[in-house]
Order: sequence, then structure tokens, then C-alpha cells
Amino acid sequence: MEANELQEVVLAFASGAKVREKTDRPSLTVPAASLPDLLAKLKADERLSFDMLLDHTAVDWLERGVLELFYQLFSTRHGHTLTVSAEVPREEPVAPSVSGVHLIAEWQEREVYDMFGVLYEGHPDLRRLLLDDSWVGHPLRKDYRDDHMIERPK
Amino acid sequence: MTVQAYTLDDLVKRLDPQATEGASQQYFLNLGPQHPAAHGVLRVMLFLDGETVVRAIPVLGYIHRGIEKMGESLSTRQFIHLTDRLDYLSALMNNWAVARTVEKAAGIEVSPRAEWIRTIMAELQRLQSHLLWLGVLGMDLGAFTPFLWGFRDREELTYIFEETIGARLTMNYVLPGGVMSDIHPEFAARVKKYVAYIRPKIAEYEALLSGNVILEERLRNIGRLSAEDAVSIGATGPVLRASGVALDLRKASPYGAYDKLEFQVPVGTVGDSWDRYWVRFEEMRQSIAMIEQLLGGIPEGPHMSVKPAVKVKLPEGVHYGQLETARGILGVFIAAAGGSDVPYRIHLRSPTFNNLWSVTRLAPGWRIADLVAILTTLDLVIPDIER
Amino acid sequence: MSVFSPAAVIAAPQVFEVKTLASRAATALPGSLLESALYVLLAVVWIVALLALTGLALIYLERKIAGHFQCRLGPMRVGPHGIFQTVADTIKLLVKEDFVPDGADKVLHVVAPFLALTATILLLVILPLSPILQAADMNIGVVYVTAISGFGVMGILLGGWSSNNKWSMIGAMRAGAQIISYEISATLALLVVVLFAGTLRLSGIVQSQADGWWIWRAHGVGVVAFVIYVIASTAEINRTPFDIPEGESELAAGFHTEYSGIRFAFFFLAEFINMFLVAGFAATFFWGGWMPFHVGGLDGFNSVMDLVPAGAWFAAKTSALVFLVMWFRWTFPRLRVDQMMRLEWKILLPVGFVNLFAAALVVLYGLYFFPGT
Repeated sequence: MEANELQEVVLAFASGAKVREKTDRPSLTVPAASLPDLLAKLKADERLSFDMLLDHTAVDWLERGVLELFYQLFSTRHGHTLTVSAEVPREEPVAPSVSGVHLIAEWQEREVYDMFGVLYEGHPDLRRLLLDDSWVGHPLRKDYRDDHMIERPK
Repeated sequence: MTVQAYTLDDLVKRLDPQATEGASQQYFLNLGPQHPAAHGVLRVMLFLDGETVVRAIPVLGYIHRGIEKMGESLSTRQFIHLTDRLDYLSALMNNWAVARTVEKAAGIEVSPRAEWIRTIMAELQRLQSHLLWLGVLGMDLGAFTPFLWGFRDREELTYIFEETIGARLTMNYVLPGGVMSDIHPEFAARVKKYVAYIRPKIAEYEALLSGNVILEERLRNIGRLSAEDAVSIGATGPVLRASGVALDLRKASPYGAYDKLEFQVPVGTVGDSWDRYWVRFEEMRQSIAMIEQLLGGIPEGPHMSVKPAVKVKLPEGVHYGQLETARGILGVFIAAAGGSDVPYRIHLRSPTFNNLWSVTRLAPGWRIADLVAILTTLDLVIPDIER
Repeated sequence: MSVFSPAAVIAAPQVFEVKTLASRAATALPGSLLESALYVLLAVVWIVALLALTGLALIYLERKIAGHFQCRLGPMRVGPHGIFQTVADTIKLLVKEDFVPDGADKVLHVVAPFLALTATILLLVILPLSPILQAADMNIGVVYVTAISGFGVMGILLGGWSSNNKWSMIGAMRAGAQIISYEISATLALLVVVLFAGTLRLSGIVQSQADGWWIWRAHGVGVVAFVIYVIASTAEINRTPFDIPEGESELAAGFHTEYSGIRFAFFFLAEFINMFLVAGFAATFFWGGWMPFHVGGLDGFNSVMDLVPAGAWFAAKTSALVFLVMWFRWTFPRLRVDQMMRLEWKILLPVGFVNLFAAALVVLYGLYFFPGT
């Protein structure tokens, strides 16, 4: 399927979805609450069959006050890719977990929780992944500071 | 807010048999972070019943270096020098993955010669990586000899890399726009000699390991990963292909000089440890075949299209590039704010991260010795998982 | 058909006069207490020297053989071709801190390596290296060998249990299961030779092979028994492919994870001497021990063979078997614990029983080569 065509098909699927501009692959932005349903539908659909969640990460847009969650989907059957993004507020970052759809989301969401503090509803095992349990704060947030950080000289 | 995060201690308390049902034969055992089978500082908390694994809980973070955080204050060209510390056995392919993403984002053309050099270097390193894996597999299963054989054959490749690149393990060679330096004049002759040397050696390994009934007993039907689970886990590389999914980016979406090469993608059938072993073994043969074809025609031209002093500015937006390393798909996610050569956020999707997670599905029901076999056929490099 | 008469078997020619150190001491006792005591002292010195020298030689050999199997040279730096490497390592082990982990059962932790080494020393006493190089020769030799080699597992079990470490504990439990299981098959294999030789005395078993070694005189059953014995005894001494109790890639170091310095050296030494013992017993039972290569009836040939001293025959045979066991180690991967048990209980044990029965029939009907002589 061509990239444009793919985007059209997916847009018809997802209510409230918009095309996300400035990306190099077919992308759309959806409300965070619709994520598990959408990903399950994308996985089940014959034409799309996005069965692999290749990557899940977040970006902290400090100025806009949101954390943007990115889901890189991949279809092992058709070989096409899709980026799904959703925004959650920085102050109250709660998103539904998609670990029921893709097994690996369990770990990827743990990493995002660890680094950005996004809390995933319905996650079976929400713990820090890479940092120690006693760590304070979420280091990949842009406003994160601790005593041991060294600012890079300009 | 209802979502509550908890800690490892909470999990241990929840699982502790003493706390729930009094006397029990189940107990906890830490495999690692210092353990001969952990290949670094992997820690797997095992909840055991006798010798049988009830639950395996990987605990990460012993070698987390915050490379993604560092990347937010380094230009992408500087960042490449960190990538060889991820999966140090695929250092060049890591370089390449970041370089490719930047090239695609910034619209940089790469000369055919540079692509050719990248491809042959990547295949040489894949071969080297698999040779090391083969040796380690032998050692993990109790046969020490393959380990030293693997290292012996790897050594010559290390010299070949050193001659051109200057480093033996953590190689920084690929940059956006090409490669740092042209190949050494002796390179082609030495690689040709090496290919002639390694072919019979592969057959020798086959005789030493594949034909051994004990090895087969230890690997066959151990840790079967179904194709469905493998895809859902996001396993890639030989782990996924062993489960019967023929996904190889070199074939599926060719990059570098792969579209000009003839090669097959070995695919397993049941996804047990033996299939993973066999797939890597075949990949070594395929890599050798590819190297031979590449040696046939070296295109002329410059090896670098961007002057080193030029800042490679990234346009605003989200860029994603991916590439097949020796362990699977390495994805590079770059979010750029625009107008700068420093990414706003850079994230690496490392193949072993997902592959390791399959342990939680594979290990239960098997014994400690099988867990070691499963871990070794997943071919883990711990710094790659934790970044 | 001849009626089974053990006398015919036992009456094998006493080609060599066996004079052990213990028998010399016993003979001297009525006359001179001093002389007798000197013989006993000599026996003690002999055993200690044998223990130390064989240990040094075997560890050096293992390193060299491993090196050459792996396309390298092995130790080369300490002394010519690294022959003093083991001495240097021994000194290192002696001066290392003797460490008892927190929470360990101190007494058992300290005693365990001695138990392991004691069993080894007790077995060295009975090993016939030549007609005169044997400390003691008991009439219940085979029973003694079986009993004492089962005793060695005590040290391993106690060492693993007392270390207060789960890896050690798993290693010890594996060792217990493994050694006791394989003991059965090893004993069944030895019983085949006992049937043929008609005696439990080790020197008698060697003498009974004056017409030919049991491995080829016994029409196949000897070969089967030999193979079973080599496999089972490799498992008994925890060597690859049966190094399950200490499999380093699984259990860190198994039962001796928490041992260091001299106590680790004891376990290590016991393991190497056990390899020598197993090879020595296999040579004694199946390859004629110190008995030269004889073919019954060919007296001219036999007398040529006798020109080579008995001790040299023993050394050659034992070295060949030691090499075989080392060859296993540097070639094979390790079995899993349940596969190891399956091999013993489902394959070796039934085969061993059938073989023992077949051996009894062969002896009963005198079907082996040179039955009468």
C-alpha cells in the first residue's frame, strides 16, 4: 500500500485522528484514550495488520507543556510502517496501557514511565525499568535537574 | 489518579511463597548481575521450584549510561561516537543506523563507494559477531573449545578492521555522508584471503558442534517462541527469523548495496533454541557469500560527500530510520526542533531490548541449564539493552 | 560342556610375585617392630608423594592438552614450557585468604574439603601401580573401591550445603544425585570383571589377565563393561560432559563457589587425583593393570613383552585413559541434569544388568578366550 493510501485508510478507522505533520513516514495523532482500541483494530485489520510494536517512546515538549507518546508500528506481513502519536499533559501524564495488544509494550511503557513519568492505566507491572527504584524524578524530562548533572559548556 | 507504580521489593513480597502459603519449595535466586552466563551485568531474578523456573524477572539498570540524555546535547555527528558503545559487536552497524537516519532527514547523498564500504564492513562485522556468539554458545553449554576457536577466527577480522578504521572493537567509522576514511589498499586482498580461510572453518564448527548429540539435546525444543509471540514481543533479527517470520530489512527494504547482492534469508520452523542456533550458523555462510560478491566490484568515487566542518542541520520534525544489525532491527528516532544539528530528542530502539523480554515468556517451566541455553541463543549484549 | 568350577579361573598362573608395602610390614612384624614401622612410614610417604606428583603432572597435562585442543600453547612462561606453572599456582592458592562466608556452617565448611581428599587418599592406597608399588592389597579390594568412591560425595554434599549459598546448594544436590546414580553402573561394570577373575583382590584381578586383558578375552561383554565403566566413572568424578555439579556457566562454580585458597585446592586436587584413579582402575580391571600385553600360549611373545617393566605398562595404560577423559572434556558440551539422570537410569543401568547376566553365561560356559589356561 502506498503511504498516502495507507494514511487515508487509517484515518477512516480512527475517530478524532489527525495527520501528524513533519514526519518522514505515515503518521497520525490520536487522543490518548483511544490508543488501545486503535492499536488493536490496526492489528486485527487484514489490509493493515500492524502486528509489531517496533518502538514506543516519548518526547517532552516543554514549551507546549505536553508529552508526546510515539508508537512505531510495523506490519511483518505487508512491510509497511505507521507512526501513531498521542499527547498527554506534562502535569498529569496518564495514558492507557497498550500491553494488552502488544506484549512488548509492557517493557517499553516501563521505560517511558521511568524516563518521563508517564503513568499507564491498566499496566500489569508498572515499575522503573532502567533506574533504581529509589531514583527521584524522571531524567529525560527537559526540566530534570539533579546534583550530579554537569552542564555542557557552550 | 488511580495509577500506582510500585517497586521490585513490592513484586518480591507479592511473589514470596513464605508470606502467602507458609512452607513451600519455591525460592528466589539471583542470576547475575555477576554471573558467568549473564555476559555482562544482566540480572535475572529467578523464582524457582527446585531447579525449574517458575518466573524469570529481568532486572536492568546495571550498565545504563543515559546515552539518550547525552544525545540531547550532542550533535548527531558527535552522537555517532557513542553508538559503538551500545552493541559493541555491531558497532559499525550502529554508526550506520544513526548516519542513515540523519542522511535521510537532511537529504544527504551518499556515493556508491561509501555505500559499498559500509555494506562490506557491516557484513564482516556480522560474521565477526556471529563467530563470537558461536564461541560463547559453546562455553555456556559447557564446551570450552569453541570459545577459543571463535576468538581465534575473530582475531583476523579485528586486524582487518584495525588496518582501515584504527580501532579493534569500538569502531567509529560511518558518518553522515559517507565513511571517515577510504579503505586500506590491502583491504580487498586481506578480506579475500580471510574468506578462503574461514569457509572450511565453518564446516569444522559444524562438525564440532552441530553434529554433537549432546548439543542437539540441549537445544532442540528448548524455549520455543511461536511466530505470533515473537512478533508481539517485537523480537527481530535471528530470534524472529528462527520463529518462522522471514523479516530481514536487508531483503525487505534494502539499503546500502544490499539490493545488488544475491543472498538468502535463513528462516527457522519452530522457533526453538536449535532454530536460533541454526539461523545464525546459516547467516554466517550468507555473510561470507555476500562478502565474496562485494569483493567482485568495488565502485570508484569519493568515500565522503560532506565536509567534516559542515554542520549537518536537521529539519524540524520527527525522523525514524532503521537497519538490520547482527541482532535485529536497530531503530533511530530523532525529534528535531529545527535549525540545529543537535536533536531535541534522540531515542534508540535496540534489538536486544525486545529479544531479552522474550525470556519472561520462554523461561517458565524450564530448568536453570535451559535458561542458560535460551539466554545464549538470544545472543544478548547487555549495553545494547540498557543504552 | 565343562561344569562351572571357580577353581579353574582362580588357578590363573601367578606370573608376578606381588609384594605390597602392607604385606612387607606384616611379614616383618614378628621379627622387628622397627622394620615394620619403617614399611608403614614408607607407605605413607609413597601415598603423599604419589598424591602430590600426580596432581602436579595431571594439572600441567590438562592445561597443555586443553591448549593444544584449542589451537594455543597452554602455559609457556614459568619454567621451560611452563612446567612450573602449577607450582606457582599452588603457592598462590596456599597464600590466599581462607574464607568462610557469613552464615556458613563453619565446622562443616572447613571439614568438607578434607573429606573429599580423604576418600581420594584411601583409594590411592589400594591402586596397584606395579607388583611392588601398592600400599595395601585387600582380599575385598573391589568392595573397598566401591565403598570408598561413594564416600567422596560426602565432602561435596557437605561443602555445598554448609556454604550458605543457593548456587552451592544446587551444585551439591546435583552432585549427590549424580554420583550415587552412576556408582551403580560403575559397580555393575566392575562386577563383570569380578565374575571373570573370580576374585575381589585387585592384584588377583591383574594376575588373572596373564593370558590376555579382560576387555578382549571376554567376547564383547568386556568391551561393553569397559564403555559403561568409562562413562559412569567420568560422571562420578564430575568431568565434562557430566560436570553438572560445578557447571560454571550455570552455577557459577557449583559446590565450591564459596571456597578459596587451600580448601579450594583440596577439592581441585581431589578431582584431578580421582581422574587418575578412575583411569588407573579402568586399566587395572579391563586393560590388565601392570600386566604386560600377553596372549595365552604364545610364550615367546609374552616373554618379549615382559621385558617392559610392569610399572611402565601401568603408566602407559593409565595415561592413555587419562588422555581419553581429557579429550571428552575439551570436546563435549555439558548434559542437562535430567538428561544425565535419564542416561544412567534408562540406558546405562539396564544395559549394565543385561551385560552382567551375559557375562555370567559366558563365564558359566567358559566361552571366553583361553578359559582353561
